[in-house]
Amino acid sequence: MIQLDAVVKAWRGGPTVGPLTLAIASGEFVAILGGSGCGKTTTLKMINGLIAPDAGEVRIEGLAAEPGYLRRRRIGYVFQEIGLFPHMSVAENIAVGPRLAEWTRPRIEARVAALLTLVALPPDLGGRMPAALSGGQRQRVGLARALAAEPGIMLMDEPFGALDPVVREGLGRDYRALHEELGLTTVMVTHDVTEALLLADRIVVMEAGAILADNRPGVLLADHAEPAVRALMETPRRQARRLEDLARGAAEGPARDG
Amino acid sequence: MDDRLAAAWRLLPDYLSQHVLLSASALVLGLTLSLPLAVAAARSPAVRWPALFGASLIQTIPSLALLALFYPLLLALSSVSQAWFGHGFPALGFAPSLMALTLYSMLPILRNGVAGLTGVDPAVIEAADGMGMTGRQRLFRVELPLAAPVIMAGVRTSAVWTIGAATLATPVGQTSLGNYIFSGLQTENWVAVLFGCAAAAILALAVDQLLGLIESGLRARRPWRIWTGAAGVAIGALLATAPLWGGGPAPTYRIGAKNFSEQYILVQLMARRLEAGGARVAIRDDLGSATIYRALAAGEIDAYVDYSGTLWANVLGRTDNPGRAAVLAGLGGGVARRDGVRLLGPLGFENAYALAMRADRARALGVSSLDDLARRAPDLVLGSDLEFPSRPEWKAVETVYDLKFRRLVSYQPTFMYAALMDGEADVISAFSSDGRIEADHLTVLADPRHALPPYDAVILISPRRAHDARLIAALTPLVGAIDAQAMRAANYSVDRPADKLTPAQAAANLNAHIGR
Repeated sequence: MIQLDAVVKAWRGGPTVGPLTLAIASGEFVAILGGSGCGKTTTLKMINGLIAPDAGEVRIEGLAAEPGYLRRRRIGYVFQEIGLFPHMSVAENIAVGPRLAEWTRPRIEARVAALLTLVALPPDLGGRMPAALSGGQRQRVGLARALAAEPGIMLMDEPFGALDPVVREGLGRDYRALHEELGLTTVMVTHDVTEALLLADRIVVMEAGAILADNRPGVLLADHAEPAVRALMETPRRQARRLEDLARGAAEGPARDG
Repeated sequence: MDDRLAAAWRLLPDYLSQHVLLSASALVLGLTLSLPLAVAAARSPAVRWPALFGASLIQTIPSLALLALFYPLLLALSSVSQAWFGHGFPALGFAPSLMALTLYSMLPILRNGVAGLTGVDPAVIEAADGMGMTGRQRLFRVELPLAAPVIMAGVRTSAVWTIGAATLATPVGQTSLGNYIFSGLQTENWVAVLFGCAAAAILALAVDQLLGLIESGLRARRPWRIWTGAAGVAIGALLATAPLWGGGPAPTYRIGAKNFSEQYILVQLMARRLEAGGARVAIRDDLGSATIYRALAAGEIDAYVDYSGTLWANVLGRTDNPGRAAVLAGLGGGVARRDGVRLLGPLGFENAYALAMRADRARALGVSSLDDLARRAPDLVLGSDLEFPSRPEWKAVETVYDLKFRRLVSYQPTFMYAALMDGEADVISAFSSDGRIEADHLTVLADPRHALPPYDAVILISPRRAHDARLIAALTPLVGAIDAQAMRAANYSVDRPADKLTPAQAAANLNAHIGR
């Protein structure tokens, strides 16, 4: 259970984020959707304490005050740039979290092997260095590393943003399955409407530091009072229709949607 | 093997071990100081700019000057410590050299440390923070390992600089490979100079290669290379410094010498006398003319030979010239009252500053005294040693005879004689006991107005050895035992261009001549 209580973060020369109040239940898969600068990444980083709010508080499982690094060890964190440690092998990268948690060696080794399988990587990849991997493999390793210490919560910031569309879709689906299988609570930041609609149980739309909408994908797709939200939700279907038309060879003119 | 080469080889264990000990200590200390500073500087711009600016500033100070500056600084600190805690510490030798070289070694490590640490990919830092590493864990598990190759490159640069600059520790009384260079320069022993340069260069190259192996091991993550390099450095340092661990009793006496041939010979002569009496003697040569007296007064050396006129003007601050006997008489009481230094007695010869010209040139210009010189001076170039222009003696001559030269050029004494012979200088500030005056047929210009004080060579004893019976007994026979002729011959045997003797050989001859 993640609870944000009227959290505020002001940036010099940027929009103030919040006050935001948001409750995320255990097992939920929430997508925070919005354009760049809307405050979605700031919100995510306030959850694991990488950014300290100016006001308000964030509670994880009811716990408000704890050293940030201890909180972060219980929360998996995946972001677009991945940040694999270049001086460590794949296996060593995955083992970082368990080692911080001071697991025993055999337990760590077993965990690394299990995770490689879980994220669908060949077991012999463990000895390779990150520089020798493809983009998709790297993000799978990033995912395995975030999952290694058995966190209950996963925070993901545009996790598949840098991948090509096919890999991206496959990895998204695979992660959604892992979310179910492991009983995780996931908060994923994205600017991709389709990705949010297809993966999440619940979508929080943000604009200029405030929450514009917060509901299930189906509900948001059906209708919304806010014109900006309506336009956003309309985008994938409009694109799909145009693709259909293109496929049928019926060119309807070059009108671009905005 | 050439005699001079053999002599150089014999000195190598001593010089190399001290050189390695000094540069390794400076490097380790420099690394210990600069790494935490580099971490702090990488974290905070408020630390970064002052730290890098300070280190760069130190780097702009010529290294010889940096080494020299630590002597007065330590001397002042030592006297403060003497006053407050009852005991001081040596301000010459290892301590000032270590401090100066440590500061000197810091810039490359600091600069590369900051570059390496700030150059770590921000995504990697975010991942480390996001995984819940503490600041320390992030530093030791992520940032330092990633910055290590860059830091190591800085350590390499720093090691090469430090090994090179350590040769300059010789003038502040720390034995190093620089002893070959400084004393070789003085006695025109080019074999020694080259030997010293080659030894320092080979040492620097070897260390650079071994550290390079560590660096490439860090870069390519090949642990065996790192360990091979580290083991090479460690074993090399141990082997090179082995002569120092042999131990042996500490020296009974430390005696000093300034940086010219006569002093090298006399210090060997005194050492010979003391060792004949069973004492162990450590020699500190190549000390600066001003620092050596203070080193004696502070008890860092126990004895050395100085010259009455120098002490009269520079220590007692006198500008008058009451004559040879009166200066000598006044001096003994003067240094005793001022510093508790004991003047054991004059050796029997003078080594005065004397303006000299080539005999043919002096004849052609009709110059035989300083009065004659004053008329010709505006067309002439004065070549001097490095300190003469700033000494009171020069002020005195300049004022008394109203000397105005066209130009004043300073040289190492060796090159000063060469400049006179080549015609680059017309007049030089020669030394009256120098064998080259006779050998090169120089005319020493008369000083009818007695502007130049007398320069009797005298043995000085430090305050704490002033009543040391063994020291006094060993050195007293030298008083009045060396006449100008004997000293000049000894000096020339070391300075002459061919068939050179080492200062120790010349000292042995001189000792035989004294015959007591």
